[in-house]
Amino acid sequence: MTRATKTYVSETVSRLQPSGIRRFFDLAASMEGVISLGVGEPDFVTSWSVREACILSLEQGYTSYTANAGLLELRQEIAAYLSRKFGLEYRPESELLVTVGASQALDLALRAIVNPGDEVIVVEPSFVSYGPLVTLAGGVPVSVRTNGADQFKLRPQQIEEVISPRTKALILCSPNNPTGTVLNREDLAAVARIVEKHDLLVISDEIYAELTYDDPYTSFPAIEGMRERTILVSGFSKGFAMTGWRLGFVAAPEALLQAMLKIHQYAMMCAPTMAQYGAIEALKNGEHDVDEMRKSYRRRRNYFVQSLNDIGLCCHLPGGAFYAFPSIAVTGMTSEQFAERLLIEEKVAVVPGSVFGKSGEGYVRCSYASSLEQLQEAIKRMKRFLSRLQ
Amino acid sequence: MKLTEKELEIVEILENNARIPIETLAKMTSLTVEETEVILKRLEETKVIVQYATIIDWRKVDGHEGVTAMIDVKVTPKRGVGFDEVAERIYRFPEVKSVYLMSGAYDLSVVIEGRSMAEVAHFVSEKLSTLDSVISTTTHFILKKYKHDGTVFDQGDQDRRIVVAP
Repeated sequence: MTRATKTYVSETVSRLQPSGIRRFFDLAASMEGVISLGVGEPDFVTSWSVREACILSLEQGYTSYTANAGLLELRQEIAAYLSRKFGLEYRPESELLVTVGASQALDLALRAIVNPGDEVIVVEPSFVSYGPLVTLAGGVPVSVRTNGADQFKLRPQQIEEVISPRTKALILCSPNNPTGTVLNREDLAAVARIVEKHDLLVISDEIYAELTYDDPYTSFPAIEGMRERTILVSGFSKGFAMTGWRLGFVAAPEALLQAMLKIHQYAMMCAPTMAQYGAIEALKNGEHDVDEMRKSYRRRRNYFVQSLNDIGLCCHLPGGAFYAFPSIAVTGMTSEQFAERLLIEEKVAVVPGSVFGKSGEGYVRCSYASSLEQLQEAIKRMKRFLSRLQ
Repeated sequence: MKLTEKELEIVEILENNARIPIETLAKMTSLTVEETEVILKRLEETKVIVQYATIIDWRKVDGHEGVTAMIDVKVTPKRGVGFDEVAERIYRFPEVKSVYLMSGAYDLSVVIEGRSMAEVAHFVSEKLSTLDSVISTTTHFILKKYKHDGTVFDQGDQDRRIVVAP
């Protein structure tokens, strides 16, 4: 790009940092024989019944737009699903919106609520998109840094420390990417008290809600008084292994949902029709497949986290998602140095914790959504790598 | 017999991969190696785990000739022993790979493996049809195995995911 054309790019976008993951991806992609623990998506292919339902919809010629909010039948299925799984009640006609992935849902939520200069609290280490999406919506992301020694649990006093008169909302993510930490009912209730006290709104990213392994899951809007203060963001990518379908949804009280729908109808029109038909099948008949995948992740989690601890990388047992977030403090390296050397010397790709925010420094994210054979080989290579460092 | 949650987990894991190292199996189920050994021994002794078998794709082996047939067998059950006696007479032949008692149009489903069609035909006409209780047989030869006991043959299960993703 010449200097002249560059000046056309908006100041906001120019200032935006490219995702730290991107650079790492380019390096890993250029190498052969890499075992990648860097992938933030399931290793399962979408279940056949869902793919087959999508194929059928194409054969039958369902290729036109749907309603802006998505197929009513899908919204009804989502409402029924949220009710039976999490005890949440949303009206399919006015409180649910089908989006292009949970990512679009996040974008809509932020654009619908942020006034210029409003502050939005982001809990770090966090998914790489939150901060930039807040900025693009005209807001100011404010970090809360959770602590590895506290298993990256969000503590209410940490929120209070950063609250200002401009604070509008808080983005929650449980189970968390990259730490796998799950906030239980008590943790959430404590957060809820602060939210109420300071009249905040919560964007609750529950994309990994299907993937918890130890305790029953609590959805944030299920906490007393929180339904009216929550924009619930979720989707099909992780639990139903449907990342490439780009299908998510958002549930919120009517006034908020209608605001998001306004943006959505101009900016997106509707989510892809064929993917919506697949999602209907996923919700109607996919529960067994999700149960099987969850079981498989849990076993691999147990194996992998125990093995990390065995080779000397201290790691808490994450309650959900499919990430282990071990400390690499023993090596004395930064997370970026560690990840780069591990990739070059042993061809194992992990993601430096620093890309998820400052408090991710000293940790690396390893996805255990890989075959057991790959995980075993990765552990072998990591062990060799660590022993060379001593 | 009632299995504990851990025993059930172990059985499910082994059903898909019997060669998993015991250390790995122990970690996956959050048990110690010793605890896992005790459970395995109990499962083996009680014959919940009957055998550790391997699925072979014989088509890939040069020089391996062989045919598999599924035979629908109608039989007359006997007073007191029902179908069990004739089933036993049939399954004792080593070329018989499986025998199932079926609901529906016939009684026993018998799977036979032989080196050639002639060999299978010989078994059906000489051994199976001549049994006293057998009324009729219908033989179907298997032309190609796509999926066997939950395993897809020739599965191109490459990982299509990008290397690093958020």
